Amino acid sequence: MVGEGILKGMVETARNFLGSYVEKERLTTVQYPEERIPQVEAARNFPFLVYDGPNWQQGMRCVGCQICEKECPPKCIFIEKSKDKKPDAVGKPQFYPAVFNIDISVCMSCQICVEVCPFDAIKMDVEYDLPTDDRFGGLLLNKQKLSKSNEYYHEIHPTEASAVDGALAEERAKVKAAADAKAAAAPAKPLAPATAASPVSPTGETK
Amino acid sequence: MTLTFLILAAITVAGTAAAMGMRNAVHCVLALTVGFAGVAALYLQLDAQFVGLTQIMVYVGAVAILAVFAIMMTHTPAPEQPPAFSSHWILGGLVAAAVFAVLAWAIGSSAVSMQPLPAEPAVGVQQIGAALMDRYVLPLEIMGLLLTAALIGAVVIAMDRKEDRQ
Amino acid sequence: MTQEADQIFVLAKHWLMGYVPAVAQPIASAVLSIVPVLIAFPLLFAITTVLERKGLGRIQNRYGPNRTGPAGFFQPIADGIKSLTKEDIVPLTADQAVHFLAPVLLVVAAFLAYAVLPIGRNMVIVNLNAGVLFFFAVGSVVELSVFMAGWSSRSKYSLLGAMRAIAQMISYEVPLVLASVVVIMEAGSLSTVSIVERQAGYTGIWPHWYLFTPWGLVGFFLFMVAATAESNRSPFDLPEGESEIIAGYYIEYSGFKFALFFLGEYLGMFATSGMAITLFLGGWAAPFSFLTWIPSYIWFFVKLLTLIGFFIWIRGTLPRLRMDQLMNLAWEFILPMALLNMLIAGIWHFMQPGVVRWLVCLAIVAVPCILLRQGLKRRKKFQVRTYRYAD
Repeated sequence: MVGEGILKGMVETARNFLGSYVEKERLTTVQYPEERIPQVEAARNFPFLVYDGPNWQQGMRCVGCQICEKECPPKCIFIEKSKDKKPDAVGKPQFYPAVFNIDISVCMSCQICVEVCPFDAIKMDVEYDLPTDDRFGGLLLNKQKLSKSNEYYHEIHPTEASAVDGALAEERAKVKAAADAKAAAAPAKPLAPATAASPVSPTGETK
Repeated sequence: MTLTFLILAAITVAGTAAAMGMRNAVHCVLALTVGFAGVAALYLQLDAQFVGLTQIMVYVGAVAILAVFAIMMTHTPAPEQPPAFSSHWILGGLVAAAVFAVLAWAIGSSAVSMQPLPAEPAVGVQQIGAALMDRYVLPLEIMGLLLTAALIGAVVIAMDRKEDRQ
Repeated sequence: MTQEADQIFVLAKHWLMGYVPAVAQPIASAVLSIVPVLIAFPLLFAITTVLERKGLGRIQNRYGPNRTGPAGFFQPIADGIKSLTKEDIVPLTADQAVHFLAPVLLVVAAFLAYAVLPIGRNMVIVNLNAGVLFFFAVGSVVELSVFMAGWSSRSKYSLLGAMRAIAQMISYEVPLVLASVVVIMEAGSLSTVSIVERQAGYTGIWPHWYLFTPWGLVGFFLFMVAATAESNRSPFDLPEGESEIIAGYYIEYSGFKFALFFLGEYLGMFATSGMAITLFLGGWAAPFSFLTWIPSYIWFFVKLLTLIGFFIWIRGTLPRLRMDQLMNLAWEFILPMALLNMLIAGIWHFMQPGVVRWLVCLAIVAVPCILLRQGLKRRKKFQVRTYRYAD
């Protein structure tokens, strides 16, 4: 028939038009910013510092070893080590970073800082909604802005965070077991010769 | 000599004078188009609706486009020509004035303008159509043949020949 | 009551004219007739831009603009502000005067065409004896404006676009006029008002529109195809094709002049749709005799919006035609069909009313149409396609 192709085309477009009002799955537009597509778990944007516990300054895992600063390809991390020490997760006094700045206008999200950190202190955040009208100062994140809790880490990367927690707990258990074994071995040694020899009074006098 | 006539006549004369005097070829054609439009407006002022509107449709819509196509296809974006003023312009002006005077006297004293102006005939499109089919059908058919011949000639000239392509 | 609602604009104008002194009566009458048209049709242009974008969006399974205002209907205000505040760039070597006058001429010509459209009962700006001829005469001024735009920009793209655009518009002007000649033949008058009044009667509930005759049907179809090509609208929008020749003849225009070109093009589309409504769809007449209580101007705008919807639908459906395909369509298909249409209009007039004349006329137009289509398709040889792959 003459004009058959055109009529079939028009029927198709009419079906598209009317269907877009009736069937919801035709319109695949995600109306940002009211609707957002959920991100996959392995998504990454810019780094953040993890802290355990309620106090971000006290529980921060970073010890200021400056490995990430040296490994960062565009050199966007700036660290100043502290002069004093604070107790870390297992009670040992440790350095901490007095200044920790990341310039996210330079950061290229390569995740190298995450890969080389021996303390699981720096991890990748997924937040992308970071607009600011200050081109320089607004894009320089300092230590306070970078610190986010371990619970937040669990929210954004659940499997990774559980694995890290498991590894850290294992480390701490090993350290504790070694300390316990040492504590158990040390009092046992002076006690044994004491029972073999004559009782020595606490004042050290022998009778 | 109403005000409307004076304005339209001024527009027409200005357009055609500019068409002769302008340097850029395209400006000349556009000024000539203004002249055509002025003539059409004069026709409309005389209540000759069919002729006036056909003047717009044919002259402005087709002849001007033809002239414009001719310029587009042949001229480079032109270096502007200097104005063509000759050194004998006084003599030329006198001759033109003399011709104008002769024409004016001839038209003014002719038989047509001596008669009193008749009442405006109400010539509508219907009368023109009836006359074309009735009294003037032979000239109409001959003009149709002439136009067909012109059309065929244009097609033949513009057709690409098979032997040229091979 | 319905009589007053129908004539409300005419009555308002008469009431206002009562306050005007006798000296200024002609001028005031002209101004009062013109101002509603100058307001209504640009407003319709604004609404059409939104409807087109939303309609095309829905056809393409996406939302159209839906942020500015309720459901995006303030988008034309945003577009207007944008085009008014954009910098007006004129190329250095461009012809300044002609470059400025081209959009002005386009808009003036487009507005002039509304002078003969009867928008409602007794609502025509000027009832010319040769109204249809005036409309086509003004339409042929548009081509001059296109040339002016293309030439004055001194750019190869715009000149090429202008040449193509003028060739297209001239080619489709002939079928446009021939398709309307059948209506003039049947109505016996060139005046738009009398053409509409002849279509305003009813037999039973069915209207006397010229669309409901074989020659009217074919003529309407041919007129709409030619009107789509005259307004440079998809699928005939090669001169302004955004992906081929960037913007064709108005490539060097920016800001408000570009908006004026847009306005002129859409106004031309409304004007030719309005003429199609006047010639074939009965103008301001209601489709059924029991619907005549709705005012006449409402019917005109309902029909106009329907035709605009068809334009948008076609734009969303068909791909763009190439230049030679366009011209072949005009000269080899549309023009012969328009001439055949005139033949059957004459036959219709002289046969007795009844089923027989319907069948005869339809046969005379349908058989050559099918044969012509077969002939054209057979003549078109597809080139042997050779594919080269990178090795």
